[in-house]
Amino acid sequence: MTSARNNLLVILALIALWQLAYWAIGDLALRPPLDTLCKAAALIASEGFTAHLAETMRAFALALGIAVVVGVGLGFCLGMSRLAGEVGEPLLVSFYSLPKITLYPIVLLIFGIGMPSKIAFGAIHGIMPIAIFTLGALRNLPPVLGRTSRALRLNRWQSAWTVLLPAARPEIFTGLRLGFSLTLIGTLLGEMFASQRGIGFLLMQAIGLHDTDVIMALTLLIVAFAITASMALLAVDKRLRHGAA
Amino acid sequence: MNVAATDAAVHIGLRGVTRIFGTDPRTRVNALGPIDLDLRRGEFFAVVGPSGCGKSTLFDIVAGLSPATDGTATFEGRPLDGRTVPEGVGVVFQEDASFAWLTVADNVAFGIRRAGLGAAEVKRRVDDTLAFMGLRDFAAAYPAQLSGGMRQRVCIARTLVQRPRLILLDEPFGALDQQTRLIMGEELLKLWRETGATVLLITHALDEAAMLADRVGVMSARPGRIIDLVETPWGKDRDSRVVADPRFGEITARLWTRLRDESMSALSQKAG
Repeated sequence: MTSARNNLLVILALIALWQLAYWAIGDLALRPPLDTLCKAAALIASEGFTAHLAETMRAFALALGIAVVVGVGLGFCLGMSRLAGEVGEPLLVSFYSLPKITLYPIVLLIFGIGMPSKIAFGAIHGIMPIAIFTLGALRNLPPVLGRTSRALRLNRWQSAWTVLLPAARPEIFTGLRLGFSLTLIGTLLGEMFASQRGIGFLLMQAIGLHDTDVIMALTLLIVAFAITASMALLAVDKRLRHGAA
Repeated sequence: MNVAATDAAVHIGLRGVTRIFGTDPRTRVNALGPIDLDLRRGEFFAVVGPSGCGKSTLFDIVAGLSPATDGTATFEGRPLDGRTVPEGVGVVFQEDASFAWLTVADNVAFGIRRAGLGAAEVKRRVDDTLAFMGLRDFAAAYPAQLSGGMRQRVCIARTLVQRPRLILLDEPFGALDQQTRLIMGEELLKLWRETGATVLLITHALDEAAMLADRVGVMSARPGRIIDLVETPWGKDRDSRVVADPRFGEITARLWTRLRDESMSALSQKAG
């Protein structure tokens, strides 16, 4: 309960800060919280918004699905073999630290303008952190778990599926939380630069028209979605740890 | 060095067992042996030795977790291949090996569920084992909510529920405080009496070995060999009160006399 109260306090403080910033800077670059909220509500009710939202959500869901399956799969395969892990990890990390936006022209050349590019760009952002966390999770498992699986007469795959993967699950899930946020960023970025539909496209259009009302309203919606999803995932994360720190 | 035993009475048989790590003659390590040793069916055998003498290597070979380089190791007359742990062998490690994502009851049920036992039989056996190990009130708890001693009980219960005929314990109480060790030792004796299983206990604590075992094997510094076999005079109904028996002091003194030089030598190996 105290954590819920703390969260509420943080949100109230942020809104107060926002209002203060508005008073300091003025209409030139900002809108006050209440106006933004009204604009966001109007935007949601406006014609065509649902289609844009559905487009973004579909791209995001597919990108996230690909990122989770490929990321966990890749991390797991590398984590099960010491040699593959040692070769693979530096590659993963260097790819992770690469600004993915530099790859966007290539992604566009391969997938064309539209849905496939957004999905690919979102997935590229999500795969690496998920793979790195999965690999790290498996590598950090105490060796006694592997020995215990052998003592319980499990074969390699039974051991991987029923012991190692569940043991690594809390840490893999932390990677999934990070992958979730980065996939969302990637999908929106993909929409901003080469798309005719979606929330990212709306945002880019508003920037082009210098429509501060819409920019602020869209940003508020994206932030609200990201925070809600992230808090839900954090709650699942805590449950997975069964009272362990 | 061994008393002559008939084949049926020999539960674990080791003949000229050695273990060498590495193949390069300059860097390879003679970790163990040669060891000749018979464990009798139903006996409680403890192995003590200086640190790094190959106790855990011996443990792995007897468990079937790793192969001997030379010699033969048999369990109930069948050779141990070092790749699979035979049915009938239960293993408890020093480290906490409880499964954090399962409740205590599911931890205990894990092995027998995998073996395909029916749900009713699994429940009956798990209930019995939880009661026996004093874990009944914690059946729905997760390991993270338990103390180290209780978690080790969970691991012992998970092994015990499979009804092993040979129970191998590698310093199972090494991470516990002294009082908990004594209590766990008594529980181990009770478990041994009631299951009739053969027990092999690897330990570095001489008093633990002297109190719990029928026979204590003393190992030399690396490469570990059995340099002394000490029989204890306690009856089957012994408990931790044997520490007050004057013969207890004599036995630990003898163990220490044998071990002292070996421990010195082990220390200088490390320094060198």
